[in-house]
Order: sequence, then C-alpha cells, then structure tokens
Amino acid sequence: MGLRGEAAIVGIAELPAERKQTRPELFTIDQYAQLARQVIDDAGLPPEVVNGLVTHGVAESEMFAPATLSEYLGLPLDFAERVDLGGATSAGMVWRAAVAVELGICDAVLCVVPGSLMVPRSQRQQPAATPPWYGASSGRYGSPQAEFEIPYGNVGQNGPYAQIAQRYAAEYGYDPRSTAKIAVDQRTNACAHPGAVFHGKPITVDDVLASPMIADPIRMLDVVMRVQGGAAVLVANADLARRGRHRPVWVKGFGEHVAFKTPTYAADLLQTPIARAADRAFDMAGLRRDDVDVASIYDCYTITVLMSLEDAGFCPKGTGMRWVTEHDLTFRGDFPVNTAGGQLSFGQAGTAGGMHHVVDGARQVMGRSSEAQVPDCHTAFVTGNGGIMSEQVALLLQGA
Amino acid sequence: MTPTSGARPLPEPTPVSQPFWAALREHRIRIQYSPSSDTWVFYPRTLAPGTLADDLEWRDISGAGTLYTFTVAERPTAPPWADSVPQLLAVVEWDEGPRLSTELVDVDPADIRIGMRLAPVFCDDPDTGTTLLRYRPEDRDGSA
Repeated sequence: MGLRGEAAIVGIAELPAERKQTRPELFTIDQYAQLARQVIDDAGLPPEVVNGLVTHGVAESEMFAPATLSEYLGLPLDFAERVDLGGATSAGMVWRAAVAVELGICDAVLCVVPGSLMVPRSQRQQPAATPPWYGASSGRYGSPQAEFEIPYGNVGQNGPYAQIAQRYAAEYGYDPRSTAKIAVDQRTNACAHPGAVFHGKPITVDDVLASPMIADPIRMLDVVMRVQGGAAVLVANADLARRGRHRPVWVKGFGEHVAFKTPTYAADLLQTPIARAADRAFDMAGLRRDDVDVASIYDCYTITVLMSLEDAGFCPKGTGMRWVTEHDLTFRGDFPVNTAGGQLSFGQAGTAGGMHHVVDGARQVMGRSSEAQVPDCHTAFVTGNGGIMSEQVALLLQGA
Repeated sequence: MTPTSGARPLPEPTPVSQPFWAALREHRIRIQYSPSSDTWVFYPRTLAPGTLADDLEWRDISGAGTLYTFTVAERPTAPPWADSVPQLLAVVEWDEGPRLSTELVDVDPADIRIGMRLAPVFCDDPDTGTTLLRYRPEDRDGSA
C-alpha cells in the first residue's frame, strides 16, 4: 500500500515575505495565476502539460473553486481538487497530487496557495461580514464552536496552543529557554535566507524570554509573524520530471491524520496526530528517522515544533526540551530544522505558511538553498499542521 | 444573532442543544448519555460519537470536575474580551469523563493548578435569559 515514489516536485515558488506588501494588490485568483506561472516557469515546462490542480479555495468565488481556476487559467483538468486542512492543506495537496499522478489520472498538478490579504476592495457597500477575529472558529448558528467555545473567549490560536503547552508542562516539565532556542535557531536560518521577513535580524534566547507574554507560557517571539506572500509547487510524473530543469524531488511517503477540531475534545491532548501520520510516512517510504537530512516542521508556535519532533519519532516523548538544547537546529547543525526560517522567522503568509515547509524541504533536496544549503541533502521530512494540532500531514521527499 | 466586534457573542440554543441550555437556566447540568456504550457525551449531538448509536438520553450530572488544562491569556483572544484580561481559559474534565471549554472565576491566576478540583458557577445573563457555565475552585470541604 502506498506511493511507489514515481511522482516528483519539479518546480517551486515562494514570494518574499512582506509585512506590508509593496507588490501590487491582486485578487486571490490572480495571486493563484501568478504563482502558477512562476512555478511552471521554475520547472522549465510548458503550461500545457498541466492537467491537474489543487486549491484551498479563492476568496472571490466561495464555491466551484477548481472549475473557476481552470477557466481563468485556461487549463482543462483531469484532476480538480480542493483541500481544507488549515495549515496541513499544503502538505495534504502534495500527497493528493502525487497519488493522482501515480494513478495516471494526470501528468502535472499545480499545488498553489496564495497568501496575501492585500486584495482590491470594492467601492460599493458590502454586506456585513463575520468579524475577522472569528478566524478558524465558526460563529454560524448550529456550529459547535458558536455554542460551546466562542462564548467563553476560546477563539483564535494563542489560547488553545497555550493550553497544550500548559498540559505538556504539567506532564513533562517546561523550560522556556528550550522553546526559545527553537525560535533563535530558526532566526539564524532566516538570516541566511533573503526572502525571510526577519532576514538580518538575529535574536537571542533572552530576547525571546523578554518578549511580552501572550498566553502563558507562550511569548510573542514563540508565535509566527503574519506576512503577505504565497507559495507553490508543481508535482509531475517521471517523464516530465526528467524533462524539467531541476533535480526531481520524489514524494516517497506520506501520512495524514485528523483527530478533532477543538483541543478540548482531544482524546489525549499530548498525543498529537503527527505520530500516526509520521509512522505511516516512514513505513511507506521504507526510510528510518536517521535517514532524514533536513526537517521542515510546521511551526505556528515553538511548542508545535517541540511536540512534533517528539511525536514524529526524532526524540523520545517528554525529552524534547533537553533534546533541542543538545542539537543545533540551524542549517549548519547536526539536525537542520526549518532552514528558510520557518513561519516563525520567514513569516506566515496565511494558509501558504504550510507550503513554506514543502518549498523549504524541496529547495534543500534540489540543492538550491544557497547560503543555507545543507551539504549532501537528499531526504527531507515535512509536516503540515492544521487547526490546533488537530489535523496533521507528514511527507517524505527524496532526491533519488 | 449577528455579533459585532464589540459585543460578546452568546450561545443560541438549537433544537439539538436546547435541553442543555434549559437546564443551565435552572442551574442544573444535563448532558447526554449513550447506554449502548455506557458513555457520557458532550457537546450535544443527535447520534453518539464513535458508535453513531441512536440512543442518546439526557441525564443530570453534578458538574464537579478537575482542571485538565488552562492558560492565563494576557492579550485578549478577540476584541470583545479587550477589557477582561487576563482571561482564564480552561478545559474542565467532568467526573463522568467528557470535557468542556470554560473560564475560571474566583481564583488568583497564580493558584491555578492542573488537576485541581473545580465546582460549577452558573452565570446568568438577565437580558437574554442565557446562563453560561464557568468554574471556580472547589471549597476545601468538597462542597460547591
């Protein structure tokens, strides 16, 4: 059961992260088109080879998103898919694309995630929308969140992630210097990656500990920075991969596990879904944890990285606080993590933040990470994480 | 209801959840129970989660429980809570098993401990007739 490893990421694209956008404002449908063009050009293939498309949705067209994009791009599709897994959407797109390619349904699949909120605004009066602070919680009548979460202020990400961290602290202990080191090492990586929003701005553990408390024990520098951006990969079959411009990055294994929406209802808050997803990915790929040359771990918060490293099997459960201090997580280190800065230091371009990790892993395996290149990099482990560690995807990418 | 950024959204009971909210108004706690799997269920549903058994029945519980996890939010989680930081966001595990999202009241944030015993506090909103369920530390003698 599983992939044969005969579909590959053949092109990557990622817009430089910007706090406030200097690029022209574009509708998300146009952001999709621009990123699609960029990733097809990067692969060195003609647009007409594309006959598959995956989207998270476009803001301008709530329904029928794949068909709308097919029409807009002028690309007829044999595989049209929408993925709704929050921060796990991008990794979820990649394995779905690889499966479709291996089944022979299609030859090349666009996996594109626009990430800019700076879109043209209508001059006409718009109907009152749901307040933006609802975020991933639905305030609609009949939604469990509207009834049982939002009235108690359990909304947004900071509170629930802090609750996970508190539970971890009660069970295994918590050293804020350890989680801070994750942020510091990733900042070092961002300083070697010019597209990162915090390029040229190194930080120390003391800087993290001195940053304002948001929700105990999470401090401001333990949290991602929202940026404007966008990212994409092109997944293609072996024939196209051989015609492409770059070293193909084969999708060798994946796992996906969805466990709940709101962490209040997790069977065990400290057993995150990535455990099962990672086991399945490694089994499928026939790889071991020590085969991994670079890891790109979804990092909405430092605690997410720590628990993902544990639950994905890189260190025993409950030892992560010590483990991260004993390993150098920078691109020069013995266990490189998030070598382009991660979302903590590259920036989180909305849902495209998940694609940052796919692009980071693929860029390393392609050997295109410039100053931050990990030597002899052939195998990348990538995670996606949606909701509040409620839906997670693991990918294993390999250069041969 | 159409909440604005300023108003704190209150729950609107549904045909499924109405018995829970009606009991809270009477300062009682009623949740669902599935006899076929001997499992308590929260939040309210039409079929039992996992087994999808069509045997859910409403039963009163005491509401006593322990603190599963919490956080002290120094920054408001959303604009309607801007004037009520720190927010003491909590997950309580009822003695019957299910957990609920709630807030802690009548407690110094420094005294909050995971595993502490908690008792229900019924918070009535006279304008809407809604009662929210919050929690505070159980008294030393074990009474609420």
